[in-house]
Amino acid sequence: MQKRAALFVTCLTDQFYPRTGIAITKILEKLGWSVEFPPDQTCCGQPFYNNGFTEESARLARRFIEIFEPFDYIVTPSGSCCAMVREQFHQLFHNDAQWAPRMENVRHKTFEFVEFLTKVVKFDPATVSLPETDTFTYHYTCHLRSLGIHDEGVEFLRKIGNVDFKPMNKADQCCGFGGTFAIKYPAISGAMVQDKLDNLKATGAATTICNDAGCTMNIAGMCNRHQVKTNVTHIAEVMAKAMKIELPDI
Amino acid sequence: MTAQLIDKPSRSLPVLPAADFDFDKVSVAAASNSRLKAAVNNGVVRQDRGRVAKLAELPDSDALRSLAGDIKQHTLDYLDYYLVQLKASVELRGGHVHFAKTADDATQLILKIASDANVKSIIKSKSMVSEEIELAHSFEKAGFDVVETDLGEFIVQIDHDKPSHLVTPIIHKDLASIAELFSKYFGTPYNDDPNFLTKQARVYLRAKFRQADMGMTGGNFIVAQTGEICVVENEGNARQSVTSPRVLVSLIGIEKLVPRLDDLSVMLKLLARSATGQAMTVYTSLFTGPRPQGDTDGPEEFHLVLMDNGRSEILASEEYRETLRCIRCGACLNACPIYRSIGGHAYGSVYPGPIGALVTPLMQGLAHFSDLPKASSLCGACYDACPVKINIPKHLISLRRDMVNQNITGRFEQGVYRLWSRMLLSPGLYRTNLKLQKAMRFIAKKGFIRWTPPPASGWTKVRDIPQPAKQTFGEWWKKNR
Repeated sequence: MQKRAALFVTCLTDQFYPRTGIAITKILEKLGWSVEFPPDQTCCGQPFYNNGFTEESARLARRFIEIFEPFDYIVTPSGSCCAMVREQFHQLFHNDAQWAPRMENVRHKTFEFVEFLTKVVKFDPATVSLPETDTFTYHYTCHLRSLGIHDEGVEFLRKIGNVDFKPMNKADQCCGFGGTFAIKYPAISGAMVQDKLDNLKATGAATTICNDAGCTMNIAGMCNRHQVKTNVTHIAEVMAKAMKIELPDI
Repeated sequence: MTAQLIDKPSRSLPVLPAADFDFDKVSVAAASNSRLKAAVNNGVVRQDRGRVAKLAELPDSDALRSLAGDIKQHTLDYLDYYLVQLKASVELRGGHVHFAKTADDATQLILKIASDANVKSIIKSKSMVSEEIELAHSFEKAGFDVVETDLGEFIVQIDHDKPSHLVTPIIHKDLASIAELFSKYFGTPYNDDPNFLTKQARVYLRAKFRQADMGMTGGNFIVAQTGEICVVENEGNARQSVTSPRVLVSLIGIEKLVPRLDDLSVMLKLLARSATGQAMTVYTSLFTGPRPQGDTDGPEEFHLVLMDNGRSEILASEEYRETLRCIRCGACLNACPIYRSIGGHAYGSVYPGPIGALVTPLMQGLAHFSDLPKASSLCGACYDACPVKINIPKHLISLRRDMVNQNITGRFEQGVYRLWSRMLLSPGLYRTNLKLQKAMRFIAKKGFIRWTPPPASGWTKVRDIPQPAKQTFGEWWKKNR
């Protein structure tokens, strides 16, 4: 029987980076998976949880659980949304007799994309290769920390053929996104993303891999403001290229 | 409810007057001060890398951190028992134990000890808890000749500055500013050779050591079972304070206890590694009270002052009790991208950085320090660095929750979030909203929007915003699958 994975695309990827979602869909399909997209999905509740709106986040979290619990696996391009489901749902429901078991069921089958390829699909990135050599650097998105993921993303990227990897200084330092933090505290967030921009520029890489849409918007927006030519993108889009998968221009 | 427990403005506020604290103003100024940022980054990034390297030398530093967290948590859970045990242990060795409820109580107690013992000059070693109650100022005001003997704290004292880091108090200063200060203070020509400056301070401090009547220390740990106080340092000044004056006073927060010497060894494996990337500090002193008869050094009189000053209110909250595990190593400051961007003074308290953003509002009132828990991207670097595994991001979120529950978060902001969450509960509204937002594409140039109205204007003040895609993923899926 074909294995089923539900794509939790996340609101920012849905709206700003649909190509990432398409790349994930087509990659998994090419690897023999049946991908489904529950159409009623919206948001996992992370912005509400992080800003202290516990009740609002719990409502969205219960909705998320109802929508996604029928599937074998839940795959998402975003580390922070994945961390919301895996870690923060636990904070919300571990004392709730009705929802705790359903929450546990969902959180144990939710994976960030690279993690899913590595741990579940057991995909070997060395089996694919870009058509020509290109330079890459990698931004460590913060929320992978709470998933216990550190160097896995970089290791995965470096194994893809024709990837010329350029390490970045302070790669694991937050880019200054932090959701509404970037809007509420522009001076601090600005100093942080400036630091990221300086370190990114110093690598000289043509492409920066960033596996979280929020961080990508922040870093790409900063690059554009300062006319720094680097393509900030999700690793799924690079993999699609390496696997000769066509992505639409949308 | 914990919410009521933590926000009692009735207590005397020990640090900066809260009403004058304008986080926005201070942090914006700090974030644009490139000299400050360079000085802070040079120091903390090096210390942070030192921590990572030194912890990697241990067979299983993660397990050790868990153990250290458990030891501290256990001690806090049974603090009433261990405080009684400690008092008996110290008194058995001839020391005096005092409990101070507030900052003011502690100050009055210590001033009385000094005047009763006819003290004139005091040598003080570095201690965050004495910074918390601004003890050196009180000594000065009462007419005592007091000198900070830690080089960093000495510089803070003669510059009438404030420490900006838990471990390295003058991390916000660069060499040139210290050289200028010394030249002015000692009336000598400007010389920015660190060796020269250190020697100059050393000669000055040596004379103070010889004439001091009273030594004043803090304590990194106190062992309940034996009454031993442990002070770690790199300069030997604390050991001088402990050994040469005839009166010794140690002011320590009630959360600093560990049950046994065995537990202390766990803490010492982690403290210096986490703080400065050292396996051990140059000096680790253990002392137990007045000199026994026949001994040639040590104080004739020893007083241990255990201060509460808001700690027992945090202790009473099962949720926030964990924050009292803190051993003041500063690892969370070193790892924090916010601290790296604004330095320590912007936090408006002697406890800066991620741990400060927790304990300052908890000890001094959430309403007065409501920016501190909010000014975080919740990146989690602090939790990763913490040697006693305080889940700082989790607690920051809990404080944000308390702010919503207590209406410290404005009604308008609450309304926006509630409306937004309503919209997300309906897939129809969500999809319609995504469609409407595509209108932003009309004002975009080459894929990016340069200006947005409030409240989103904070974003475009700094960086552009990518335009929404022509087609959402949902729309693509509907057409293609």
